[in-house]
Amino acid sequence: MKTFKIGGVHPAENKLSASSPIREAALPKQAVFSMFQHIGAPAKPVVKKGDEVKVGTLLAEAGGFVSAPIHSSVSGKVSKVDVALDASGTRRMAVYVDVEGDEWEESIDRSPALVKLSDRPELDSKAIVEKIKNAGIVGMGGATFPCHVKLSPPPGSKAECVIINAVECEPYLTADHRLMLEHPEEILVGLQLIMKAVGVSKGYIGIENNKPDAIALMTEKAKNYAGIEVVPLKVKYPQGGEKQLIDAVISRQVPAPPAIPISVGAVVQNVGTAFAIYQAVMKNKPLIDRIITVTGKSVKQPSNLLARLGTPFQQLMDECGGLPEDTGKIIGGGPMMGKALLSLDVPMTKGSSGLLIMNDKETRRAEPQPCIRCAKCVSACPMGLEPYLLSKLSATADWEGAEKNDVVSCIECGSCQFTCPSHRPLLDMIRLGKTTVMGIIRSRAAK
Amino acid sequence: MVNVILIAVLVLGLIGLAAAVILFIVSHKFAVHEDPRIAQVGAVLPGANCGGCGYPGCSGFAAACVKAANEGSLEGKLCPVGGQPVMEQVASILGMTVEMGAPKVAVVRCNGTCENRPRLAQFDGAKSCRVQQMTGMGETGCGYGCLGCGDCVSKCQFDALHMNPETGLPEVDEEKCTACGACAKACPRGIIEIRLKGPKGRRVVVLCNNKDKGAIANKACKASCIGCGKCVKTCEKFEAITLENNLAYIDAEKCKMCRKCEEACPKGAIHGFNFPPRKPKTEEPTAPSPQNTQSPQNTPNTPSTPTKEVEPSKAE
Repeated sequence: MKTFKIGGVHPAENKLSASSPIREAALPKQAVFSMFQHIGAPAKPVVKKGDEVKVGTLLAEAGGFVSAPIHSSVSGKVSKVDVALDASGTRRMAVYVDVEGDEWEESIDRSPALVKLSDRPELDSKAIVEKIKNAGIVGMGGATFPCHVKLSPPPGSKAECVIINAVECEPYLTADHRLMLEHPEEILVGLQLIMKAVGVSKGYIGIENNKPDAIALMTEKAKNYAGIEVVPLKVKYPQGGEKQLIDAVISRQVPAPPAIPISVGAVVQNVGTAFAIYQAVMKNKPLIDRIITVTGKSVKQPSNLLARLGTPFQQLMDECGGLPEDTGKIIGGGPMMGKALLSLDVPMTKGSSGLLIMNDKETRRAEPQPCIRCAKCVSACPMGLEPYLLSKLSATADWEGAEKNDVVSCIECGSCQFTCPSHRPLLDMIRLGKTTVMGIIRSRAAK
Repeated sequence: MVNVILIAVLVLGLIGLAAAVILFIVSHKFAVHEDPRIAQVGAVLPGANCGGCGYPGCSGFAAACVKAANEGSLEGKLCPVGGQPVMEQVASILGMTVEMGAPKVAVVRCNGTCENRPRLAQFDGAKSCRVQQMTGMGETGCGYGCLGCGDCVSKCQFDALHMNPETGLPEVDEEKCTACGACAKACPRGIIEIRLKGPKGRRVVVLCNNKDKGAIANKACKASCIGCGKCVKTCEKFEAITLENNLAYIDAEKCKMCRKCEEACPKGAIHGFNFPPRKPKTEEPTAPSPQNTQSPQNTPNTPSTPTKEVEPSKAE
């Protein structure tokens, strides 16, 4: 069975919510839409206090090419445009909507009937990308990179295949798994749309073999779709990393930045993104909701919720039995790459793939000890870097050295820190180095 | 046998001679003439290589001083560590005069003590303010206040900064602080300001850096500036206080040390350093009071002391 070649670790899977079907979360009383739900320029609000909005109404337009518009996921009245604490841990601009009823824009098709690509022969590549752009779709795996940018390859590069990332290598998370079990056909049509948008005839769906039911179902359904192949992958973290997935599925290696996946002919999209693309193009539904896994060992009812964007995490938590008493950390995302949240008073965004509650015992970091030069971090790094060295260079503020040692290639997967027997905060320091070096590179380029 | 020895000695001797001639010529031809004054100036500098002067180490500063002297003026050159005495020595070596600016000191503009600013979370990552800053707000509800990991303390070469475990804030030892600015550069939130020390070390400072709107700032910290502007009104005459981004700032050059703003601040965010203790309830309209009983020395941990002074007045 295939997997990526260098590095990787095997954290405990803990897929507690794998057997719980997706259920719809209740509407919030007030929805808060951060203008920073994607990588790139923040969205610009186009509504003001007192405006009436429906589900699907545009709240904010894209702030640039690498940016995405934001639509209301609820109907009601805009109560204010002000700063709000978001999952990044900072207070940033957001639109607050007080919810009244549940009225949808008429253009949105809410029927569950499957629309196949053959039903809509008039759709060409340009039209698909345009629809995706206007629907505000971003990478739903958590990176939130605006989707239309990836589907508009820079001149000179040619896509050869599309790879759907259905790996879900993060422990605990099961949102993608449930999505595949419950909406396989929609995902396949979504993949067809992406293939048509970038003009290729080959599509892969990479699934780790800890989800045999999803592999079986998708393989079965994919038989009716020409050019689509399901690739079972050996379980290894971080297989869901874009570069790792390309290596695992088509055995090609993406060179160091500024090279991007398209340089080796691959376009990678998350399975949730494929589903959102299906809904946007075929059903005219902008990105207003997503599936989020609410889980944790002490959570009463680990669940996969279909929740509207802007719903406060507190409410999602309440729907799953409330915040457990022994909570140590609240994490937005998975345990490996997720970010600890300051409070549950944070609205969910396009990139919220999970809400993970870890108890104090399992999450507390041990006191760091001196590096014993065992090089476990080096063997674990999926990018072939030397984490112990990068962390030391960052700690001593040797940015030049960090740049030479390729700190910007780090994908922040945390494998090094996970594997370190001395519990050194390797990723903390490397992330500091990466941010600083990227800043230096940017300012150099600006000169 | 003797021949071999002779030949060896002769050959080696000749090679040595030739090399000596080459070295002599080269050393003259490519001699670097360094102004001897650079070494002399370097000798009187503290040698801490702290970079507080803005040059790479003391030798860099010495070279810059000599260059500036050649151009006719030492203006703008200051070794903050050595201060006036060292600069006078430098000036005498270079045959110049130097006009000293007023002495400065580092001021930690945050009074978010554990008591004033409740901790909402606990940061257990790498113990570094810059790393914690990347998590967003850090441990408290204030996105502008001290992060408490002590990046500034570790950068201080003069043992002038220490974390106070009780308050969780760094405290400046004014006697030792040389205003080199290393701590100000190390702070990822720009809380530390290199500020005029003031006459007798007296100065009035807004001990807050929070630019959030009043309600948010108020909720995050008991001692935060909420941008109400009361201090600005009390200072209309001198116009020393400006309000920008919901944060008041006192211009040290314009401040007349009347301390009216300190009384006016409803949150106790403004602090007077090294002033003699106030007499309870006696009106003293203008500040330069004749009572100099207190020397500036006995208040190394000033930020915490005024809090206690202010709080009773707030309770009224």
